[in-house]
Amino acid sequence: MTNPEAVREDLRGRVAALLTDHDPATTDPVTFHRARFDAGLAWVYYPEGVGGLGLDRELQPFVDTLFEEAGAPGNNPELNGIGLGMAAPTILAYGTPEQRQRYLRPLWAGEEIWCQLFSEPGAGSDLAAVSTRAVRDGDDWIVNGQKVWTSVAHKAQRAILVARTDPDRPKHAGLSYFICDMTAPGVDVRPLRQLTGEAEFNEVFLTDVRIPDANRLGQEGAGWRVATTTLNNERVSIGGRPVPRESGILGAVTRTWRGHPEHHTPELHDRLLRLWVEAEAARLAATRLRQRVAGGQPGPETSALKLSFARINQQLSGFELELLGEDGLRYEDWTMVRPDRVDFAGRDAGYRYLRAKGNSIEGGTSEIMRNIVAERVLGLPGEARADKDIAWKDLIR
Amino acid sequence: MSEDILLLDTDVETALRAAVRSLLNERCDPAAVLAAYAGDRSLTRSLWKSITAELGLAGLLIPENRGGAGGSARDAAVVLEELGRFAAPVPFLTSSVIAATVLLAGDSELVAQLATGECTAALLAPFSAATVEQLPALVKDADGRLSGRVTSVAGAFEADVLLAAVRTPQGTEVHAIATALVTVDPVVSLDMTRPLADITVDAAPGRVVVPAGAGLPALRVGLATGAALLASEQVGVAAWCLDTTVRYLKVRRQFGRVVGGFQALKHRLADLYVELESASAAARYAAGALATADPDATIAGAVAAAYCGEIAVRAAEEAVQLHGGIGMTWEYPVHLYLKRAKADQIGLGSPAHHRSVLAGLVDLPLGRD
Ligand SMILES: Cc1cc2nc3c(=O)[nH]c(=O)nc-3n(C[C@H](O)[C@H](O)[C@H](O)COP(=O)(O)OP(=O)(O)OC[C@H]3O[C@@H](n4cnc5c(N)ncnc54)[C@H](O)[C@@H]3O)c2cc1C
Repeated sequence: MTNPEAVREDLRGRVAALLTDHDPATTDPVTFHRARFDAGLAWVYYPEGVGGLGLDRELQPFVDTLFEEAGAPGNNPELNGIGLGMAAPTILAYGTPEQRQRYLRPLWAGEEIWCQLFSEPGAGSDLAAVSTRAVRDGDDWIVNGQKVWTSVAHKAQRAILVARTDPDRPKHAGLSYFICDMTAPGVDVRPLRQLTGEAEFNEVFLTDVRIPDANRLGQEGAGWRVATTTLNNERVSIGGRPVPRESGILGAVTRTWRGHPEHHTPELHDRLLRLWVEAEAARLAATRLRQRVAGGQPGPETSALKLSFARINQQLSGFELELLGEDGLRYEDWTMVRPDRVDFAGRDAGYRYLRAKGNSIEGGTSEIMRNIVAERVLGLPGEARADKDIAWKDLIR
Repeated sequence: MSEDILLLDTDVETALRAAVRSLLNERCDPAAVLAAYAGDRSLTRSLWKSITAELGLAGLLIPENRGGAGGSARDAAVVLEELGRFAAPVPFLTSSVIAATVLLAGDSELVAQLATGECTAALLAPFSAATVEQLPALVKDADGRLSGRVTSVAGAFEADVLLAAVRTPQGTEVHAIATALVTVDPVVSLDMTRPLADITVDAAPGRVVVPAGAGLPALRVGLATGAALLASEQVGVAAWCLDTTVRYLKVRRQFGRVVGGFQALKHRLADLYVELESASAAARYAAGALATADPDATIAGAVAAAYCGEIAVRAAEEAVQLHGGIGMTWEYPVHLYLKRAKADQIGLGSPAHHRSVLAGLVDLPLGRD
């Protein structure tokens, strides 16, 4: 579009019109979100008709802020992070018009929560090694297998699923990508307790689950390519929104510092300031990356952001426990619950410390992120791949 | 915190960067830089001449109505980044950034002379000084002549005049002293690409270039601007180290394969890349905040100064290590960067100093106050 200020002015007008027709104070959240979607203000960089206006990605924070300032209901990105951050962009990229129509609006409105059925006991970092099988049966596929570490599966109505459709081909070539109905017969979700005490993720057993072929995303056998889109977006969603200075775990730590002067020592002080500076520099790097990809798609550089946030969160949360001294020895609650979301800010320092350990594992480990940066940003040679050209069924597992 | 500050190059900045880089590519050969360690400073003279005369950068930060190029702190940051990439032995930081910033607070004709490059200046202070309290006091006698000794001064060899802080009952004045009238003793410096000198001033005449009322703030701004923009030089140093190491490890073979393919090294280089991205964002943000006189400029400057110095040193140390034996040799340029990085880390305040400044700015005090 032409003049950036004119575009912003136009967006301001659209937001104001929507707020007039749907007073956030009296409209229920789902109705509000549907209306926002229909007005193209859900994600303005999506095409018209599927929640967007075909504008630049950089305008999204601008629109989000307008809604926030008006007190409009937030669409709970924590609970539907996988839906918003990963399923939606993948459906946009590979979905048929029917799939886009069917799935994007309820996803945006928070009516359907999504989870990600990728990892398996035998396939984590090496995602292309999955062995969950999907066998064609008329217009359906019949799926059998076991998935693991599936966040929010206990809340989800839908899932994105990678399954093997052709074991005779090499591992990357025999995969297909599906949308799975989590309420379908044969889907069994069992809590998997984690080191924090709670069960945020799950095991998911798939036994003769029927998935219509209409729910396949992308071509048969092209599932790896579709999954790559999902994974790229997974990392984008990490640095996607501008965050204020001193937010997140750093905010919690600085509050603790200010609240406990009796625990201050020069050594802790210097460590705190180092971490503060590091977090601020990483925040600015995220801002710059956003500026760089304003129009286009973020690339492998997003892996760098994930790396720094994982490291900083872990160092900060560990520091906070030390700072608390005696209080750092206590833990709030080991009761097994199945939470909706990861809530760093609302929990104790001990929880933050334990949960932050997952930041360097979930969404691709830091080791895998370093491989991506080294190979795709710095151009260093790839890892040896002995299994690349061998039929999946012949691999040693 | 200003989300609007652009952290990427504008078209004008891209052009400036290209111009500086192409000039340095042609005329700043590492072998010639290395000669500084043997006392041969001819490269400095020729290079500084090109930078002032051909590129007109001596007065980059001086407004056009005072004879300068009217550039912003962002432009200076771009220039410093490129100078850092080449470990270029020129007094841009000491004269065009620090001295010029101090001088702009007064109305002396030195400003115009500095702008054209006919005169080069340096602050009469140890390169490590970060606060006005650390600036050495010169004694003013009854005739107004100045005396004193100042050690480890950067940029003095190239400087035609030295800017001295002189405390008077009315306040701190800034005096310009002709370098020709003082004794300049060369120091064997850790970084000979920015060599230091000990200066003895013995009843030398000075003229006031910033009056008492404006002296202290001028010096303060000069030091702060210098520290904030030194971060960009440090980013340039680190970027050279990473780029050069990656390039080398893509061709160096051991154990029948390219060593850059070993995961242990790939991961270290990836970590360095991550840190460099953060450093360069922090440095650009500091420059951007200075350029627009943003209220966040002091915090931004402290963050950049605290972070970038550490990263440049790490990048240079990693570069030496990952080059193996060749990294330890005199002929190979990586040690020029190690020395520059380490000296820069101490220059204009250590990272620890800037962290303690930051503590006050962001309300994270040590103790109960
Ligand atoms: C909190 C949390 C939530 C999660 N949510 C989901 C979810 O919702 N859906 C989902 O599908 N998955 C989810 N995961 C799974 C996550 O994506 C995997 O755990 C992750 O990809 C790592 O796989 P893995 O656990 O099998 O470890 P492995 O791949 O077995 O790795 C073991 C170790 O080896 C290292 N390693 C592996 N390969 C290499 C290599 N090539 N080079 C160097 N080091 C290597 C790893 O970095 C790790 O340190 C979640 C994980 C966590 C912790």
